[in-house]
Amino acid sequence: MKKLLSANQAIAWAAYRAGCRVAAAYPGTPSTEIMEHVAEFKGAIDCEWSVNEKVAMEIGVGASLAGVRALVAMKHVGLNVAMDPLMTFTYVGAIGGMVIVNADDPSMHSSQNEQDNRSLAKFAKCLLFEPADSQETYDMVTAGFELSEKYQVPVIVRTTTRTAHTSTIVDIGSGERGDVPGIPYVKNAQRNVAVPAHGRLMRFAVEKRSVALRELTETTAFNRAESGAGELGIVASGVAYQYVKEVFPEAPVFKVGLSCPPPIERIRAFAAGVKRLVVIEESDPVLAEQIRAAGIPVVEPQTELRMMELNPARLAALRAELLGTPALEAPKPEAGIPVRPPVLCSGCSHRGPFHILSKLKTTVCGDIGCYTLGSAPPLAAMDTCICMGAAIGAAIGMRKAGLPNQRIAAVMGDSTFFHSGMTGLLDVAYNKIPITVMVFDNRITAMTGHQENPGSGHTLLGEISTQVRVADVARAFGIQRVHEADPYDLAALEKIFLECLDSGEPAVVVVRGPCVLHEKWAGKFINEVDAVKCTACGACFRIGCPAIVRGAAKDPAGKRFQSRIDPQFCTGCNLCAQVCKFGAISPAK
Amino acid sequence: MTTSLDRIFNVSLVGVGGQGILLTSDVLALAAMHAGLDVKKSEIHGMSQRGGSVISQVRFGAKVHSPIIPDGQSDVLVSFERTEALRWVHLAKPGAKILVNDMDRIPVTVSSGLQAPVQDLDRRLAAYPGLKLVDANPLAIQAGNLRAANIVLLGALSAFVPFAEEHWQSALRERIPAKLLEVNLRAFAAGHAAVG
Repeated sequence: MKKLLSANQAIAWAAYRAGCRVAAAYPGTPSTEIMEHVAEFKGAIDCEWSVNEKVAMEIGVGASLAGVRALVAMKHVGLNVAMDPLMTFTYVGAIGGMVIVNADDPSMHSSQNEQDNRSLAKFAKCLLFEPADSQETYDMVTAGFELSEKYQVPVIVRTTTRTAHTSTIVDIGSGERGDVPGIPYVKNAQRNVAVPAHGRLMRFAVEKRSVALRELTETTAFNRAESGAGELGIVASGVAYQYVKEVFPEAPVFKVGLSCPPPIERIRAFAAGVKRLVVIEESDPVLAEQIRAAGIPVVEPQTELRMMELNPARLAALRAELLGTPALEAPKPEAGIPVRPPVLCSGCSHRGPFHILSKLKTTVCGDIGCYTLGSAPPLAAMDTCICMGAAIGAAIGMRKAGLPNQRIAAVMGDSTFFHSGMTGLLDVAYNKIPITVMVFDNRITAMTGHQENPGSGHTLLGEISTQVRVADVARAFGIQRVHEADPYDLAALEKIFLECLDSGEPAVVVVRGPCVLHEKWAGKFINEVDAVKCTACGACFRIGCPAIVRGAAKDPAGKRFQSRIDPQFCTGCNLCAQVCKFGAISPAK
Repeated sequence: MTTSLDRIFNVSLVGVGGQGILLTSDVLALAAMHAGLDVKKSEIHGMSQRGGSVISQVRFGAKVHSPIIPDGQSDVLVSFERTEALRWVHLAKPGAKILVNDMDRIPVTVSSGLQAPVQDLDRRLAAYPGLKLVDANPLAIQAGNLRAANIVLLGALSAFVPFAEEHWQSALRERIPAKLLEVNLRAFAAGHAAVG
């Protein structure tokens, strides 16, 4: 049966067909849709949104050790969070097949960095597949479960944003669920309890396994030489292979599908048949360095290929350099087109608290989510953003560093708080750090497309569940000064923020308001601007609401503009009326 | 009936989050598959729901490798809004058909006064000989629902893509929910007629 599937969909189909029984993930672009598609097979696969990637990985570990096939999925930075269990699980070794899907994000379409996680597979001594389209993703996940069991090794499948979000035709066979019996569980402390005495034994087993994996990679059909003409030979992996086939259609190509460990001897044989060898891979020179280290000469081109996504135009530039062919001629983009950056939605519950933080000149350690958009002008209400949960630790560090500004806040969303903010908050309580931790709680994981979390009251499958209140967590940790606040009442927000920021003790403010996109709420009215009262002072523009647009010019020079409210976008959140000193904004008649 | 193509056919679809671009490119890609062709559909939509630009690219032919269409090689560019048409016009082949929904979604950077609007948008768009403005919004309302404007544009696109009617029909039926199908079939036909 043939279907048009994104790689993310193909992963879910492969897991279903391969008899996977347990799946866990934390959402993160571009991997999020994997678990949403796995949930379509909910009767067959036990699946969940885990609280974070480390927990997801540990669930996969437990399921594998219990003898069933397990799938865990995360974006590249999520694997950082999950590295601790992975680095020891690779010693213990899989029993039921364990496939880890890791989605890298070259060009940082939706990420804070561009780390190439292929290095982590080498570090963890696992197998690593690099699919070039959805069919290969399907085939590699399928093979991954089998190889994981055969070699007792975790298998990583590295997608990228381009493969994850590209749909291609996939043959899913009969489409029926595969019948894979679990492997009976046997208690075996020497195998499954990683203490130093066992770990030393495992260490030798890992090296023995690595020898077997090197034999595997030299024979697998996922690595193959494709014949061609000319003196230039190309080694390519992942989606880069597709660009190579497009731009160098005649060249001999060695396609690397199973790239860790790399098939060095087959590449050596391939290199012997060409005059010059170039390695085309997306991001770090992971393969190139290992091939060179094996004594195989590799051309180092001048054309920059190490940063950002590759594409046919960049490879055409490389071709021009290596073969002297003309570069691709492309029309120049038109100039002077205004940018269209993502912004906080009109009615967003994050806008009011950021406006007040900015007004109170607070030093704000921010975090990862929609609310990171509060760092952009005109709100410009953020000083730092590092990784999931880092807001609190960073704010503690700033306080300890003796920052002159007494008003230091850590800001994060509800899902980020549950993911990795809770431990930071416990540190605040335990070490009595006088900062204010603010959780902007919109009761959903908004940025990745509205996934449930422990604060939303529902599971991945939509079942009713416990709805954890952040304020209860803070109180349970022993923090005395805990408030819940309404994001749309600016005067009350300012009063609470001031009281906490200037209290000289640990404080928590939970600003609670549902995501306007998710719950599609609208106020009872929409606002309009009274052109007689509006003085064109610009205050309402400084809350950065997309519904507030330029109206008629006010002053004779035509430089300052009155505001106007676009009724198509106004939600009636009424923040603008609260910042207008002239009473010019009120509900439309 | 299958379609045969002696080259790769490239379509770029651009616009703003929420305009139905991804559904439109889904139907196009499915129609290509139903026509018996190899197809790749690639999209970048990380933060699209928050008002950003959205781009989706669909390529089909006997065998498609790169999911990305090189700049200047799109056979048809479909823009769901006028400013985005100018932003992405360099994707189109010289002389290619450029189908543009005749409407404006003003970027927030412009409406709030942070950036200047595009100067001479009409004149600059008209400089492209393949430009064809489509009244997709009024046609969608006539068909029964403004939200079907994306399918009006798909209908217009269908006039320039070598698929048989049956492949479009089966793709629409596969991808559009049953209760919205009639409106969308009317919208598709209206779009086709508007450029025919």
